[in-house]
Amino acid sequence: MNPNYELPLDEADYSFGFLDEFAKREVRRTILKAIAIPGYQTPYASREMPMGRGFGTGGLQLTLSLIGQDDTLKVIDQGSDDSVNAVNLRHFVELTCPGVDTTERTSEATLIQSRHRIPEVELSESQVLILQVPYPDPLVVIEPSEAKRKVMHGEGDYSRLLTKLYEDIVQFDEITISHRYPTRINGHYVIDPSPIPRYDIPRLHRSKALVLLGAGREKKIYAVPPYTVAAPLAFDDVPFRTEDFSDEHGARRTCGRCGADDSFLDELIADDGSKVWQCSDSDYCNQRLAEPSHEVSA
Amino acid sequence: MGYVAIKGGGRAIRGAEAALEALRTAEGDTGTPLSLSTIENQLRLLTSRIVSEGGLYHPRLAALAVKQMQGDTLEAAFALRAYRSTKPRLLEAPIQDSGKMRLIRRISSAFKDIPGGQMLGPTNDYALRLMRLDLANESPESFRDVARHFMANTPETDLPDCFPKVVDALRAEGLLPALNGPAGTPFDITRDPLVFPVARSAALATMARAETGSLLAIAYSNMRGYGDVHPTIAELRVGYLPIMLPHPVTGEPIEAGEVLMTECEVVAMYEGTDTDGPPVFTLGYGACFGHNEVKAIAMAILDRALQKGMRDGPRNPSEDPEFVLLHVDGVDSMGFASHYKMPHYVTFQSDMDRLRTTQAKAAQCAQESQPRRQGENA
Repeated sequence: MNPNYELPLDEADYSFGFLDEFAKREVRRTILKAIAIPGYQTPYASREMPMGRGFGTGGLQLTLSLIGQDDTLKVIDQGSDDSVNAVNLRHFVELTCPGVDTTERTSEATLIQSRHRIPEVELSESQVLILQVPYPDPLVVIEPSEAKRKVMHGEGDYSRLLTKLYEDIVQFDEITISHRYPTRINGHYVIDPSPIPRYDIPRLHRSKALVLLGAGREKKIYAVPPYTVAAPLAFDDVPFRTEDFSDEHGARRTCGRCGADDSFLDELIADDGSKVWQCSDSDYCNQRLAEPSHEVSA
Repeated sequence: MGYVAIKGGGRAIRGAEAALEALRTAEGDTGTPLSLSTIENQLRLLTSRIVSEGGLYHPRLAALAVKQMQGDTLEAAFALRAYRSTKPRLLEAPIQDSGKMRLIRRISSAFKDIPGGQMLGPTNDYALRLMRLDLANESPESFRDVARHFMANTPETDLPDCFPKVVDALRAEGLLPALNGPAGTPFDITRDPLVFPVARSAALATMARAETGSLLAIAYSNMRGYGDVHPTIAELRVGYLPIMLPHPVTGEPIEAGEVLMTECEVVAMYEGTDTDGPPVFTLGYGACFGHNEVKAIAMAILDRALQKGMRDGPRNPSEDPEFVLLHVDGVDSMGFASHYKMPHYVTFQSDMDRLRTTQAKAAQCAQESQPRRQGENA
């Protein structure tokens, strides 16, 4: 390289939303297609983002393409606003999208980017939920070739997936898929709903909010449009079941902090070695604690 | 009891940044910061690797990435890629003629005497890999003398700017099939995702910015027996390719700059006569930014293997376009491996729920069958 060349350091500023405008427009077009064909994994080019593939680059590209200065963004990871990755992503958006507000309150957000959870409180029509996706294709467990999976999706051929569920029942008397539970959207495409727990699957069903799912590494965007039917795969005599939070006596465990008995709980080992449970959704937990009627547990 | 779940993320990240920066500058009072020019020149093969895997020909920025990432090639290439995402694509370059490369090195292992001659150039190939202890405490004076003497002792020659390509000679002899011209618009992997089956141009572009080690590992599997390319290097060339772009006003091609690149063409035999017409050699092609010979050779072998897989169906991993092309990108594979370091509390909670439920069912099942068996025995 020319020895007299100097790096143009004054040109290093980034444009609003980091990505160049063509890239953002391409993502928005892909989103429109994904909404028009609910559950279809729409391919897109997927730019490299300045954080690792697998850290939410698909979700981040969706967020950056949609966000405007009048938006309020919430970012959560494992339900928490303060987990390292959520902080990192939120910080990046604050850095590259000047004027955008961020919040930890679910109800205040217009855009919510999340990894592994759907917030506990019901979302509204004016909100968009963006889920980060590591594996977009539910058929990957039974077919490694993407070309073949594409044909199976097109034909609505999920027989091998159903067979896998059936084999689980034969072997374990239980479907062993814990998270990323295959869910049929609008009666046709079966999606991988991202690694949300089974507990969150019913929230996809006829959700008032638009749910967008972005896989950056696998270069796919898909959507569950508002009020769309989302049905987890199951059998008539073996219904779909969410995580069981009952204790040894059959009573529902409650959050050790806010006392909620209706939330997804994280299991923690306390300093004395005993087990405690707490809301995974930190905003839900905080809001319950802030309620005037809340009785502080001893 | 406090909220013990994942709190304090922001503070932790800032602490990690500071610790990393402290290690970068750990030489303390005796340290001298690396200059970008030092990295670009003295670690030129490292810079080469980064421009190639980063998919952006900018050696100075690549040097900065190396410095910033403290020598981690995956991270440095990644930073360059991310930088690329911020830049719009201004135009599509026309097809460049690699016959116009200003060579620093070209060899053929197929022919002793190639048109224009072999030129070994800068290579370690025949050097003994003995530790050069004299480099341990090299003085700036002796360092500077080397280049001065090299230039002074090099006679002026009337070497041509560029050399003919070996494969052109093979084509003229009818040993390689004639060129059909470009097969349509080249696939741009930066603007379109790979949807299989993909064009050969998409495969070549993917491999051109693939991670060197990943490409080598899969190519090596083909060489060792999980495949049957048996390549011969018709030509391996390294040099500066003038980049011709249309003039913004007149549209005439003008030389806008040059990129250092490595190009490799391997010839291989098809098994049996499975082409139309007389049997001919087939070609595998590899090319990438920078001086990366092993990468170009691995790519050429894989190109040949993939062409076979695309035609006859893959019989080995190295012949399967999905297997090869979706697993050789360093940014993708490194990112995903790293992501396992992030919290997976929710999914693990869900996993435990399934395990406990199936364990309970198995225990219940065992309990129920126990008395019956005892009864049978009695």
